[in-house]
Amino acid sequence: MIKFSEEKLNKVQEIINRYPQGKQKSALIPLLHLAQEEYGWLSAETMDYVAGLLQIEPIEVYEVATFYSMFNLKPVGKFMFEVCQTGPCMVSGSDNIIDYIKQRLGIGVGETTPDGLFTLKTVECLGACGYAPMMQLGKHYREHLTKDKVDQIIEECRKNAGLLN
Amino acid sequence: MGVKLLLDKAKVEGIRQYDVYRREGGYRSVEKALKTMSPDAVTEEVKKSGLRGRGGAGFPTGMKWSFLAKPEGVPRHLVCNADESEPGTFKDRFLMEFLPHLLIEGLIVASYALGSNATYIYIRGEYAWITDILEHAIGEAKANGWLGNNILGTGFNCEIYVQRGAGAYICGEETALIESLEGKRGNPRIKPPFPAVKGVWDRPTVVNNVETLAAVVPIINMGGEEYAKIGVGKSTGTKLISACGNINKPGVYEIDMTIPVEEFIYSDEYCGGIANGKRLKACIPGGSSVPILPANLLLKTAKGETRYMNYESLSDGGFATGSMMGSGGFIVLDEDQCVVKNTYTLARFYRHESCGQCSPCREGTGWMEKILKAIESGKGKMSDIDLLWDIQRKIEGNTICPLGDAAAWPVAAAIRHFRDEFEWHVNNPQECLTRNYGLAHYADPIYTPA
Amino acid sequence: MADEKKLFKVTIDNITIEVEPGTTILNAARSIGGEVAPPAMCYYSKLKNSGGKCRTCLVEVAAGSTADPRPMPKLVASCRTTVMDGMIVKNITSERVIDARAGVTEFLLLNHPLDCPICDQAGECHLQDLSYEHGKEGTRFEFQKRTFKKHDLGEYIQLHMTRCILCYRCVFVADQLTQKRAHGILDRGDHSEIATYIEKSLDNDFIGNVIDVCPVGALTDKTFRFKNRVWFTKPVDAHRNCSKCCGEVQLWMRGDEVFRVTARKDEWGEVKDATDGRPGWICNECRFEKKDLKDWTIDGPTKVNRHSVISQGHYVGVQMPKDFLPEVMGGRGPKLLMDIHKVSEVNRPEIELSKIDGPAHGDDFAGAKQ
Repeated sequence: MIKFSEEKLNKVQEIINRYPQGKQKSALIPLLHLAQEEYGWLSAETMDYVAGLLQIEPIEVYEVATFYSMFNLKPVGKFMFEVCQTGPCMVSGSDNIIDYIKQRLGIGVGETTPDGLFTLKTVECLGACGYAPMMQLGKHYREHLTKDKVDQIIEECRKNAGLLN
Repeated sequence: MGVKLLLDKAKVEGIRQYDVYRREGGYRSVEKALKTMSPDAVTEEVKKSGLRGRGGAGFPTGMKWSFLAKPEGVPRHLVCNADESEPGTFKDRFLMEFLPHLLIEGLIVASYALGSNATYIYIRGEYAWITDILEHAIGEAKANGWLGNNILGTGFNCEIYVQRGAGAYICGEETALIESLEGKRGNPRIKPPFPAVKGVWDRPTVVNNVETLAAVVPIINMGGEEYAKIGVGKSTGTKLISACGNINKPGVYEIDMTIPVEEFIYSDEYCGGIANGKRLKACIPGGSSVPILPANLLLKTAKGETRYMNYESLSDGGFATGSMMGSGGFIVLDEDQCVVKNTYTLARFYRHESCGQCSPCREGTGWMEKILKAIESGKGKMSDIDLLWDIQRKIEGNTICPLGDAAAWPVAAAIRHFRDEFEWHVNNPQECLTRNYGLAHYADPIYTPA
Repeated sequence: MADEKKLFKVTIDNITIEVEPGTTILNAARSIGGEVAPPAMCYYSKLKNSGGKCRTCLVEVAAGSTADPRPMPKLVASCRTTVMDGMIVKNITSERVIDARAGVTEFLLLNHPLDCPICDQAGECHLQDLSYEHGKEGTRFEFQKRTFKKHDLGEYIQLHMTRCILCYRCVFVADQLTQKRAHGILDRGDHSEIATYIEKSLDNDFIGNVIDVCPVGALTDKTFRFKNRVWFTKPVDAHRNCSKCCGEVQLWMRGDEVFRVTARKDEWGEVKDATDGRPGWICNECRFEKKDLKDWTIDGPTKVNRHSVISQGHYVGVQMPKDFLPEVMGGRGPKLLMDIHKVSEVNRPEIELSKIDGPAHGDDFAGAKQ
């Protein structure tokens, strides 16, 4: 059963209050972010739950969730490496970084390691062109990537996973 | 050292915090505007400043504000466009990350001028940690009486909310942003009506870029006329440039629009020259959608005059031999870079970001990407180059929003200036996989008739 | 006098007319009719907010208005641009428009499967018409066409996503005519698709109208699927007493068998209002479940519109389109470059084809050469 905690539901109400009366649909993207933080991805059940919270049709949620590239419509690994591959990152060597991550993790782009720890995704420009090559990992950016740095990040994730489990 | 109006305090320790920001003279413009000026007087000051929208289009801000419809009894809104997504551009991020209170200060003044009691910052979803920074700063501003009801006892009420996007370049287009803010797909609206008449929730709305709104602070502090004295011609004030690519010192720089492009690239105050001792091949001076220029046309105009970092000079020669200031995303390519590959990644970007609403953009961007990929990987035909030209021509100007143009221009400019590099790829399908075309003649002096 | 509205004068392709303020260029052009009316693949006058997306109706505004006679720099979507007094519009007289429209047609066909021979829409497909009228021969697209995962929309409606041109009309139908919208546009860019996300049948009353508004064969009638080609069927107007809709339909028949039921359409291919002025949309029951001739009262043969190959002169009431060329071209009429009867070696009057045994051959004519 998908259900937000009391605390989350208060947050939902706070978000809805930002908009004029009857315009609660505006809260849709913030709510999908909340749901994804909670469950890691957006299942149809989660989206239906969000539709219920906002009193809109489920299709209105599906339309939005599938439009924006940040929403995961399938389960992803605990750590998602979202590596930028657009022009400025490309001229700074992002291709090599992507190849290196593939080799280190033994997975292709769009795949998740069998242990469910890592997902590799290529993304388009994240606005860190001056700090290229880069990737997004959770809430933060990891910039000026080198092979050594990638190694460190992978180690760090493995360590964190151990602590969390 | 050029004049700095926005980033002058960026290096002050703890400037992100309210106390430090206030101690350094922050929020003076709010006091001045709310206590001594009428809303229209604020707009007038912005008009006088000659400030042009810093998001890319360069539309005069004061004029945009004066277009806002003010029907009786209908709330109006100011929306800050922080959906910075144009490849090469990361100046707004820098501003929000290090000087959040500067943006908030500008937002309060602009909200006052426009009569917006609920103002929204629409920030790209990936800037998740910046959302926290902004929300924290908003909390501080509110706790200190700069936001909320009856600000400074003037009777003006204002709240600022941060809304995160979720990964869509198109939401930087103002009507797509409004759709997204309403909880919908980021499909640009068909204009008219313009947001100034019917914007978010069908209410009159002004959408301004982060840097534009931050610039309101020095404009109010120093007065519009003083601000207009900085810079040259219609390029008044200062502009943030985010420099990236193959340079020694990538980063965000504030320039006063009087410096030559050459100085910007090679001086130690700015980019510090081309990285690894290489030579300059090409540059996209205003974010990935503006025309790419070979080194020779970048540093000098076709007439042989020095090219400067401002709106007029960068666009000197039109699209035939010039480019645009755009968003200030300055992408430098060294002699080892392949223009075909670079153009391919940009075409892929625009295909990925097309909303899919109108046919020329939905179908055309994907087609261009496929052809560019073929040429890049040695599978192209000579006729593909003319075909690409024809496709971009049929997209440009025929779409609902400027994304079509943004996708067409880089392809057009790459073919216009680097056609021989494309032809080389076609003629050398094996060799192009192992080496790049190199600098070729792209830095040679242009022949200028005496 | 105060309530007398001032009409706006607008000139489209050298033909000047007067229209109500607020009229779009497209509707003004439609009131002239014929070739002057731009093609429209997404605009649908009876669906609010439709239009602006397909870009086939782009026109050139050579003068904005009498007050501001500057031309508009870009071509504009005539379906979403209202006329101004004194506006001058160029449609088929503009090279730019013809070029852009050929481009849009090419874009729309880029990923469209050329499966007309097995498509139920063939013969009444607006994309076919568009390609005949504005497209170019051949294709310059040498890549694999886009495909989609198949979705089942239930027992009434067949979805062929590969044929869809994303006009959004079906979404507006679901929003504006049914209780609850269950399908929409999912994903983005060139992967956008019409779908329900989780497999769901579309069975809301009135949802069947998505079939009538679909300009291509993306949404077709499952109860008619592969049953017959439209040009072999004979359309007749019929009605019944229906509690849900106007009950005025078109039956597509062969002999006494009703193959298909659709709403009645006007010359632009849009569902037209019923005779009593009610909207002409029909309910699912009338469309899908009343396939017995006994269910209906026949009003007579349908006046067939230009959007159908069935208009090949088989039926009475076919209207010949007005010949606009002399008017549009400033008095000049169409000019024949050559008269085939004069230059053809085959068409010599002295050779009587019926006198040749078997298929004719070049040699049969050689002798007759002068």
